[in-house]
Amino acid sequence: MSVIIILLIASISVAALFLVAFIWSVKNGQFRDEVSPAVRILFEDKPAVKKETGVVIGANTK
Amino acid sequence: MEKMTTSSVAVQCYHCGEDCKNDTILAHDKSFCCSGCKMVYEILAQNDMCDYYSISNNPGTSQRIKVREDKFSFLDDEKIGASLIQFRDEGRTHVNFYLPQIHCSSCLWLLENLHRLDEAVISSKVDFERKEADIVFDHRKTSLRKIAELLTAIGYEPYLSFNDMGKQVPGVNSSKIYKLGVAGFCFANIMLMSFPEYLGIDSKEKNLLFLFRYANLFLSLPVFFYSASEFYISAWKSLKHRFLNIDAPIVLAVLVTFGRSVYEVLSGTGGGYFDSMSGIVFFMLAGRVLQDKTYRQLSFERDYTSYFPIAVTRITEHHHQPVTLPEIQLNDTLLIHNEELVPADGILTRGKALIDYSFVTGESVPVEKEMGEIVYAGGKQLGSNIELLVIKEVAQSYLTKLWNKEDEAPEKTWENSFVHLLSRYFTVILFSIAAIAATYWYMHDVTRVWNVITSVLIVACPCALLLSNTFTNGNILRRLGRNHLYLRNAQVIEDIAKADCIVFDKTGTLTTGRYNDIQYEGTPLTLEQKERLVALAAQSTHPLSKAIVQWSGLRNTSKVMAYKEIPGYGIEGIVDSRLVSLGSKAFVTHQKSNLSDGSVVYISYEDEVSGKFSFRNQYREDVPKMLKQLSNKYHIAILSGDNAGEKGFLQDLLGPRAVLLFNQDPLDKLNAIKLLQGNGQKVMMIGDGLNDAGALKQADIGIAVSENNNHFTPASDAILSADRLPALYRLIRLCKANKQVVIAAFIISVLYNILGLFFAVQGVLSPMIAAVLMPSSSISILLITFGLSNYFGSRLALK
Repeated sequence: MSVIIILLIASISVAALFLVAFIWSVKNGQFRDEVSPAVRILFEDKPAVKKETGVVIGANTK
Repeated sequence: MEKMTTSSVAVQCYHCGEDCKNDTILAHDKSFCCSGCKMVYEILAQNDMCDYYSISNNPGTSQRIKVREDKFSFLDDEKIGASLIQFRDEGRTHVNFYLPQIHCSSCLWLLENLHRLDEAVISSKVDFERKEADIVFDHRKTSLRKIAELLTAIGYEPYLSFNDMGKQVPGVNSSKIYKLGVAGFCFANIMLMSFPEYLGIDSKEKNLLFLFRYANLFLSLPVFFYSASEFYISAWKSLKHRFLNIDAPIVLAVLVTFGRSVYEVLSGTGGGYFDSMSGIVFFMLAGRVLQDKTYRQLSFERDYTSYFPIAVTRITEHHHQPVTLPEIQLNDTLLIHNEELVPADGILTRGKALIDYSFVTGESVPVEKEMGEIVYAGGKQLGSNIELLVIKEVAQSYLTKLWNKEDEAPEKTWENSFVHLLSRYFTVILFSIAAIAATYWYMHDVTRVWNVITSVLIVACPCALLLSNTFTNGNILRRLGRNHLYLRNAQVIEDIAKADCIVFDKTGTLTTGRYNDIQYEGTPLTLEQKERLVALAAQSTHPLSKAIVQWSGLRNTSKVMAYKEIPGYGIEGIVDSRLVSLGSKAFVTHQKSNLSDGSVVYISYEDEVSGKFSFRNQYREDVPKMLKQLSNKYHIAILSGDNAGEKGFLQDLLGPRAVLLFNQDPLDKLNAIKLLQGNGQKVMMIGDGLNDAGALKQADIGIAVSENNNHFTPASDAILSADRLPALYRLIRLCKANKQVVIAAFIISVLYNILGLFFAVQGVLSPMIAAVLMPSSSISILLITFGLSNYFGSRLALK
């Protein structure tokens, strides 16, 4: 009988862990934007750009 | 009659994918439609970021309309800047920009790699659905203005409006989702722990039995007190308004089930119905969450502040200075640039105004204003810079007043849904069954009375009806969303189905608002004449002149001498030693004309009239077909702020019953809707700009049509993407199918209820029967609603 009690406690605490994880993920905004994470993971990280070219972004839009 | 189209071999712009027309720019082995697009490409190429073009094809947006160089200078202003910044510490500033151009994965990639373009950017993160970018930058190395300009330079101009000032990022209300999570957790565990009892636990294991029962009781507490609170609140609110809504019987069922279960457990007489109770709450919450799916990227509640710019330039004696709108005072002089909105009523003191009021009045031809005339707020200046002397503050100007006027329109009530009606009958029938059963048992076996009453209430709660309703609504909403009709809430589905009169705005709704359809009548023009015409028309910034230049497909090569422009009448000049005039009938033919014959421009060579151009707003594709279709089933009306040029065509199309009103100002439109409603009609209004805002609000259903879902839609019940307008009739039919699906699912659930009642009235409803009936009825309802609504959707050939 005591085995059942231990099992009960174990199973409920595992389930509770998932509940907490679920609430945390909602709070964390993981369901807020459903599009970009799926796309983001496909981008390859290129090695950093060579610095010597210099960034030529001015205020000009002309 | 002659009609010409500009058709050369279509060359797509490498940056934005638009047709390059006849001014292709070739550079770096690629073709661009304008120098703006080329510019963006060069910036990206220089920084080795051409991946942008390999992730999606032609990912950019057209840069044909150049952004004024110092447009964002107001961001240097300490106060304005601070109102936009979300957070700032020593080395970091967090800012959130709304970038309506975001549309593909390339956009995402580029914007999240901003740090490669500018070292001062620490990080940037895009929220794709909201089209926003959270940018963190080092304000010691750069400034807010520079960030905005960087974004503009790569083709993502931030959209900043008056509304953004001091904006709090609204917290997403996810309390229902938490409640759903808790209910699901408890429901599953209660079910698990109910099995021993259902499967017949050994009577020797008394302790274990009690353990399971108390564990269930304990687990049901969060469901009862937390998850179900949603329903208590809603039921209580409606009771306070002396109205029995559909949640009231559910609350009763939850209370009765919980009360009886607690009693059974504490008295040791049984295991209770905790699993049924938490199941009801769980499924019901799931339905609500589905139905409440909101389109966060859309705003159904816009007011004028989201149309207004965040700041304008005030001219003081010494210099130009950006000011926020509330700071504008009487007698200030404002500098309005090309393509800027006039924020306050004022007198024109310098420059020539060409004001596009299409946004306020729906009239598509811009109005010319001379110095000394009053310019009303809400118009957009086209052409050169102008100066205005403010005569009314922003809060009192025409546009703002117009807005406040709309607030008088009545609030819509949601309480006449057929589901609520059905639920009331349901409740009455339920109570009578319980009463009859109770009297029967009172006469035969008094001990069973309470058992029977509670059983009836447990098994026959109207949750099935509510479930079928919420799940069907949720599914239909999703389906409509996929077809780019976004509804404010589920109630709108039913309202759309009920409408019997459809009112359209013309300009911008049925038509594109651009002059693409030009017809020339008269003696055919020779090439030489055409070249002269183009040379003259190219001098003017008037949209009709521009349209003529585009129509001809020629480039201006000749010079114009003695050019003269008489505002409101026409233009003339000498091209290749011949006099050419272009303009209104009175101007060109010197005949009096008081006909409002729409947009017609006459042309003469050496005072000899050779013909006229008629301009028609081009109807959106398939819109006339859609109108024809609707006119068979609905009473159609068209309210247009434009002139009556199209009346004949539309009357032919829609038949004699259709009401066609032209030259309507916003208030006229509102009154016209009221009049139709006075005849007992349910009016659906479909419009776009602010000129329709009052009518949209007054109508039983207001649908705003938008070219771009994120831009400029007045407050409305629904937003429809303009390219889906031809599908309107099918979308309405899908809304009508909603009711049939709900009723079908309801009938099934009634069958389950009858089965449950069969046990309940005999007083033999065991927890196990309840536990089997409840989820199986819920799941079959789910399947039926999904199946049926998908069937209707595909039968109507909707996505």
